[in-house]
Amino acid sequence: MAKIIVVTSGKGGVGKTTSSAAIGTGIALKGHKTVIIDFDVGLRNLDLVMGCERRVVYDFVNVINKEATLSQALIKDKRTKDLFILPASQTRDKDALTIEGVQQVLEDLAKEFDYIICDSPAGIEKGAQMALYFADVAIVVTNPEVSSVRDSDRILGILQSKSKRAEEGKEPIEEHLLLTRYHPERVAQGEMLSVSDVEDILAIPLLGVIPESEAVLKASNQGTPVILDEEADAGFAYTDAVDRLMGEERPLRFLEVQKKGFMKRLLGG
Amino acid sequence: MGIFDYLKSKETPSSASVAKDRLQIIVAHERSKRHEPDYLPRMQQEIIDVIRKYVKIGDEDVQIQLENTADCSVLELNVTLPE
Ligand SMILES: Nc1ncnc2c1ncn2[C@@H]1O[C@H](COP(=O)(O)OP(=O)(O)OP(=O)(O)O)[C@@H](O)[C@H]1O
Ligand SMILES: [Mg+2]
Repeated sequence: MAKIIVVTSGKGGVGKTTSSAAIGTGIALKGHKTVIIDFDVGLRNLDLVMGCERRVVYDFVNVINKEATLSQALIKDKRTKDLFILPASQTRDKDALTIEGVQQVLEDLAKEFDYIICDSPAGIEKGAQMALYFADVAIVVTNPEVSSVRDSDRILGILQSKSKRAEEGKEPIEEHLLLTRYHPERVAQGEMLSVSDVEDILAIPLLGVIPESEAVLKASNQGTPVILDEEADAGFAYTDAVDRLMGEERPLRFLEVQKKGFMKRLLGG
Repeated sequence: MGIFDYLKSKETPSSASVAKDRLQIIVAHERSKRHEPDYLPRMQQEIIDVIRKYVKIGDEDVQIQLENTADCSVLELNVTLPE
């Protein structure tokens, strides 16, 4: 049975696509056959973050409309074995995704894949609801900032009432908090909500904390998921998060203020 | 941190703790609204309409609230009547 994981947030620009790319890659690296689907119709971006933008021929909507087969639309990742991407359509038609169409594609993918990662668009309306409807697991991406936390709580409300599991009275979607763009320095100064503040408010289990990192921008510039960066804290933090998602215990790291060493200060690192 | 900073930090809460307090209040409020039945706003409007047949009141003179406890729900209706 394939596991369907939605990466969602309510608020835009908090790191859903970055996280989908990193976590999808991390799961595939563990040897599970994984596909990442871009649900952001009209605003395709997962292809760029994954570095496969020039190989997009067909997309999710083409498959739903039977203009292409799944195997024509799926893009095999060049770096990571067992990893595929299903790009979003660039159509401006926001109704291009239908529940029946999405269900059919997910059922077909479930025959082939172990994990299906759904990269949700921002918002709490139809597009976001479509991405989370069939989910078994939700990763709620949150920044330590008031509007992001509030929107995460709203999306939790939708997971608990408007998902297929909720509507059918099944076991609820498994919820995980992924706190991203965390600045330990600003938390220490009392300028930013801390991990425990956000945990207290949202009251869902913590999957991981991803520090604010220049490596994320660098990775997206290059079209390489940041989890493959073997020097970046953000990459290690994503690896830890994937391990925890797979049920392994990993202590939290990168929450303390980094004391810059003499050489690092000298070199401006 | 100097002694003055220390004293200052004692009296003014950090901006993060203000953020946390505000979030806790708004999130609790929004969660309680989430469990309200869909018919509540319509019912409120009809109740207002009925009262209006007899007394002149504004929309804001009626407060309606649903409190859920373990074994029952209490519908609380507060109407401010003019003098
Ligand atoms: N940990 C991080 N450190 C620094 N920058 C980050 C981090 N995470 C994400 N970003 C940056 O934030 C921006 C938004 O990220 P991303 O596109 O992943 O967000 P999103 O939630 O998918 O946005 P949208 O709602 O538009 O789909 C990007 O420029 C990305 O590089
Ligand atoms: Mg995105």
